[in-house]
Amino acid sequence: MEKNNVSMRGKNILALKDFSPEEIDLVLNTAKEMKNIIHRDIKKLPTLRGKSIVTLFYEPSTRTRTSFELAGKYLGADVVNITSGTSSIVKGESLRDTLYTVAAMGVDAIVMRHKAEGAAEYASHVVSPVIINAGDGAHAHPSQGLLNLFTIKENKGHLEGLKVAILGDVLHSRVARSDIYGMRAMGMEVHIAGPKTLLPRFLCEEPGIVVHERIEEAIADADVIEVLRIQLERMKGGLFPTTREYARIFGLNEERLALAKDDVLVLHPGPMNKGWEISPFVSYGDNSAIQEEVQNGVAVRMALYTLTLMGGRA
Amino acid sequence: MAKILLKNGRVIDPAARLDKVADVLVENGRIKSVAEHIEADGAEVIDVSGKVVTPGLIDMHVHLREPGQEAKEDIESGTMAAAAGGYTTVATMPNTKPVIDTAALVRSVEKRIEEAARVHVRVIGAVTKGQQGKELAELGDMVEAGAVAFSDDGHFDSTAKVLLNAYDYLHTYDKVIINHEEETSLVEDGVMNEGHASAMLGMKGRPTVAEDIAVARDILLAEYAGARVHIAHISSGKSVQLVREAKARGVRVTAEATPQHMTMTDEMVNLYDSSTKVNPPLRSQQDVDAVVAGLIDGTIDMIVTDHSPHAQEEKDQEYLFAPSGFPGLETAVGVLLTDLVDTGKLPLPLMIEKMTYAPARIFDLGEGVGTLSAGAPADITVIDTEKEWVVDAHDFYTKGSHSPFVGRTLKGKPVLTMVDGRIVMRDGVVD
Repeated sequence: MEKNNVSMRGKNILALKDFSPEEIDLVLNTAKEMKNIIHRDIKKLPTLRGKSIVTLFYEPSTRTRTSFELAGKYLGADVVNITSGTSSIVKGESLRDTLYTVAAMGVDAIVMRHKAEGAAEYASHVVSPVIINAGDGAHAHPSQGLLNLFTIKENKGHLEGLKVAILGDVLHSRVARSDIYGMRAMGMEVHIAGPKTLLPRFLCEEPGIVVHERIEEAIADADVIEVLRIQLERMKGGLFPTTREYARIFGLNEERLALAKDDVLVLHPGPMNKGWEISPFVSYGDNSAIQEEVQNGVAVRMALYTLTLMGGRA
Repeated sequence: MAKILLKNGRVIDPAARLDKVADVLVENGRIKSVAEHIEADGAEVIDVSGKVVTPGLIDMHVHLREPGQEAKEDIESGTMAAAAGGYTTVATMPNTKPVIDTAALVRSVEKRIEEAARVHVRVIGAVTKGQQGKELAELGDMVEAGAVAFSDDGHFDSTAKVLLNAYDYLHTYDKVIINHEEETSLVEDGVMNEGHASAMLGMKGRPTVAEDIAVARDILLAEYAGARVHIAHISSGKSVQLVREAKARGVRVTAEATPQHMTMTDEMVNLYDSSTKVNPPLRSQQDVDAVVAGLIDGTIDMIVTDHSPHAQEEKDQEYLFAPSGFPGLETAVGVLLTDLVDTGKLPLPLMIEKMTYAPARIFDLGEGVGTLSAGAPADITVIDTEKEWVVDAHDFYTKGSHSPFVGRTLKGKPVLTMVDGRIVMRDGVVD
């Protein structure tokens, strides 16, 4: 990681749109070192001793919040979790005031999840601690995008030239919007497919991606397939007729998986709607890296903390 | 009231097709004469050489927020902003709390205008009770109380049947309905234009087709009823074409456009700053170009600001939660001069016509209003088209602080506003 002169010290992690390929490489290389730590019997490093991190979650989350929390703790930081249901947010405190309050306590980083697109970027304009976006509406989820890249690189050895198919609910997906920027920056060939109602209408105008209405076209000869979660909680209905029909026409099953390369890697950001967007046979099958992604998520988040708070030096 | 002589300005009076260097003499609150080399004993002489003298600007689409939303704006602050921006007449929209939907409310607002307004204010009444789109408000009563026009601005809730009834009912009074055109079911969650920018930001969109089908419906209904309809803040290129075609076949349709929809696109949306959030939303460059073309070829009759201030704490929120709209009275002239006139797209006299005589004529604002004819009320604006300035919200008279034009360097600014012969703004200072 010393080989390129990129420093991310103090960088707000808002969206992969803001990342150069060199910065992505730096995160992936750092995450590789971090992953070794997770495998140790005693997972505690002094790297972030004396640093404090707050996770500020306005939306429910299991894996992302826990992952950010453990990543901080493995590196010796003090981590405090704030969730909207148990804080002054329920008393109607504005985001600005909540941020001021958290920042005034002297924290070094705020990890934020929020339903409003741009909330993390807003935070970065309001307070000085490093802001790490853990998902803002349908906009961005950079650490998920990075852990996808990490998982692919670990399995394939490289990223450039790989064909990836991103399937399903792109409309509501901050993960897809992170993948598009990150994967394209790393030279991957990005194909997107799903029912037309779940694809943003003008997505096809974005250079460097190919949009399909039939998932089979995207899957053909793919090196990587990422199935997105259908976000029913963000839908008002009417975007597709039934989950039964969705599973039949757009679900990733073994038959469709066979259209991809033999060694295709299957990803899903979780939680899964199993049985309709992805069949259990696929999600638990040999090609699946879905559980691996969870572990890699911790490593990537450890890397992000180290790079932004310590400039990468352990 | 004393005599004032404005010396040596470039006088633009679109109603008289006048554009030449001349003097303007004001006496007893009225225009006395416009001519070269006027001498007037005892008159206060103001040298306006190098500056442009026009009829007082008129803005038919302003939200003064009274009654009920004084944290956003009130009649005093809003009309001070108008004076600062060179406006001598503004029309205030009825989406207040309560909605201005009865004659009693029209009169109460007029009372407040008498007490607090720095420029002329005309009241627009609601078309339907509570702007709910269900039952007609007492339109005839409001006409008699002085309502200048009717609008459920901010909403597109009326069914075709309710709107048709409103058209028919108002036919008797020859009053115009101003329609906010966005089909509700297509925009209910949307916060910005549906386009490439919204797709990549993950924002829900408000598509142009929502505006287009609303404009089409309301034009067809007006055509059927033989009624007058005015299309508010047109922003979609296809809607401009619908108005153009309707005018060609004789429909009594008029339209307005705002500086923002003629100069800004959805690519300028920054998610951390709700200043660009407005309905209808900032559109594509193609739409912007079509709106400007429509203004120039006469499809679009007038320029309005849709001045929509909100309280600081309301706009200072996540983009998704912030209310739509921003103040425009104090920036309109500078933006139009800088982005449209200086760039050669819009001739200055045409810009002035769209902000003076055109609205006065379409909304029948009274004898001489919007002109510099002898005997007309002395509502006059003087603009320094060379003055460079930086938009700073701290300098605003409006209570609204979130404007997408903040920080921009503009060339051109009103430097004097006169209402009924009284100077209400001079060199940017409203007294």
